[in-house]
Amino acid sequence: MRDHRRPAVVATQVRKSFGETPVLDGVDLVAEEGTIFALLGPNGAGKTTMVRILSTLVPADSGTVRVAGHDVVDDPDGVRASIGVTGQFSAVDDLLTGAENLQLMADLNHLGRAAGRERVVELLGRFGLLDAAGRAASTYSGGMRRRLDLAMTLVGSPRVIFLDEPTTGLDPRGRRQMWNDIRDLAADGVTIFLTTQYLDEADALADRIAVLDHGRIVAEGTPDELKRRIPGGHIRLRFGDPSALRAAAALVDGAAADHEALALRVPGTGDVASLRRLLAELDDAQIAVEELSISRPDLDDVFFAVTGHPTTEAEAA
Amino acid sequence: MTTLATTIGDSTTMLRRNLRRLQRYPSLTLLLAGMPIVFLLLFVYVFGGQLSHGLDTALSGGHTGRAGYLNYVTPGILLMTVAAAVQGTAIVVAMDMTGGIIDRFRTMAIARSAVLTGHVLASLIQTLVSIGVVLGVAVALGFRPTAGPLAWLAAIGVLVLFSFALIWLATALGLAAKSVETASNTPMFLTFLPFLGSGFVLAASMPTGLRQFAHYQPFTPATETLRGLLTGTPIGGNAVMTVAWSAGIAVASYLWARRLYADRRP
Repeated sequence: MRDHRRPAVVATQVRKSFGETPVLDGVDLVAEEGTIFALLGPNGAGKTTMVRILSTLVPADSGTVRVAGHDVVDDPDGVRASIGVTGQFSAVDDLLTGAENLQLMADLNHLGRAAGRERVVELLGRFGLLDAAGRAASTYSGGMRRRLDLAMTLVGSPRVIFLDEPTTGLDPRGRRQMWNDIRDLAADGVTIFLTTQYLDEADALADRIAVLDHGRIVAEGTPDELKRRIPGGHIRLRFGDPSALRAAAALVDGAAADHEALALRVPGTGDVASLRRLLAELDDAQIAVEELSISRPDLDDVFFAVTGHPTTEAEAA
Repeated sequence: MTTLATTIGDSTTMLRRNLRRLQRYPSLTLLLAGMPIVFLLLFVYVFGGQLSHGLDTALSGGHTGRAGYLNYVTPGILLMTVAAAVQGTAIVVAMDMTGGIIDRFRTMAIARSAVLTGHVLASLIQTLVSIGVVLGVAVALGFRPTAGPLAWLAAIGVLVLFSFALIWLATALGLAAKSVETASNTPMFLTFLPFLGSGFVLAASMPTGLRQFAHYQPFTPATETLRGLLTGTPIGGNAVMTVAWSAGIAVASYLWARRLYADRRP
């Protein structure tokens, strides 16, 4: 179904160094129109630099970038007229009220008096900020600020939206709400390019994920394609004594025993059917399980699978 | 592509934003306008009685004693008001540049110059309001300008021109500063310059090196011009010097600020 979509963001061999340090080392990526594209990577991988290049804030050292059909170097204003950017750091005016912040955006987008006012009220309502509209943004909670920030980005009805770590620092409720807002935007046909350090976030939102590590794309695909490459998911069983562990290890296929922790690691996603089968098997053999836990693959697993090193190494940059 | 109409529109929007911010943050304006008032009171009531002894009545609007010194010192105090007010410009510009909102403006299709133009115009209005307040205090204390309508217009013109120059300078200093703290310090030297000129005492009474500095620095001709327009003292070549200094500072600072703004890549 996605085969006929046009690309909204195309980056070809993008390189960028700060002084001697290469931050982006030949990045290629394509985000198709109307989809959610996630750039996944740990701190220091170059995600923010990539967003700054795509949104015309800094020039790349080499390579080409086209956003919404415009070249970022030849036609930056064409790009700017088509995009909205919500950065990692709050881009709201603290001294202005929520409504004034949105009105400022309406004026700068040249919406006109009546249309601008209408848009402000619409966005205040959509992001649950009507009650707080007359209060200075400095009094807002973290989640409210992030929503106001996103609302400001939307005033000009951008076709491509860049969200740099949109949920970093939010509490679980704020995070959930931001996810819903992002899904609503995508449903409207807007292209969304987001960066994140969280695999579950990319998994929950994105149509395609590119994994960035040390300035290079090390893996790219749909969430399912990526997860297939990750062996990280497993069920962990802990036993009361070594004999139970040995018996269980002999019984279950592909299991790895950890004799010090008296634990058995069974590959699997932890779905109900396979759990039930596993427990029934152990029950039939009269092996008592003390504790059971399910581990989902996380960013560390992805990195280990595609780069062979854990994420912490990448934080030096 | 930006047309003249969008440039004016965007600049007006930014001006409105900055004026609203100043309204929400009145302590900054009050603090900066308060400083010259404190100096005015200090110099008139503490030092004025003594300082007036060496003052020719031709330089003090015909008044003698403390009232004479008040008439002599007020033009210098008004220029000090400008120097103090532009410290606020540097602070506000640096606040904007170090905050996240500047990146938002940069990723929008708005006139490139609107951000700085908005700051400069808002600061000009703020500075003129400060000058009005300080002038009001001086008049309440007994400052009696003898200027006619034309001289008043010219005096306002000098104040606007000089303010405009120092505001661009402070804008550049605010852009050059890495932090708001730095920005609040770098323009401070401007508030000392009126002392090292003819603002408070006759430059002729200073030792040679200082006198030469006083003679050639921009606050001296500006003080002399303003004093001449308001109280009728001789102006001579100082008017031309003031215009030249103001235009020079404004143009150089504008070019510097524009480059800093374009190059700023955090």
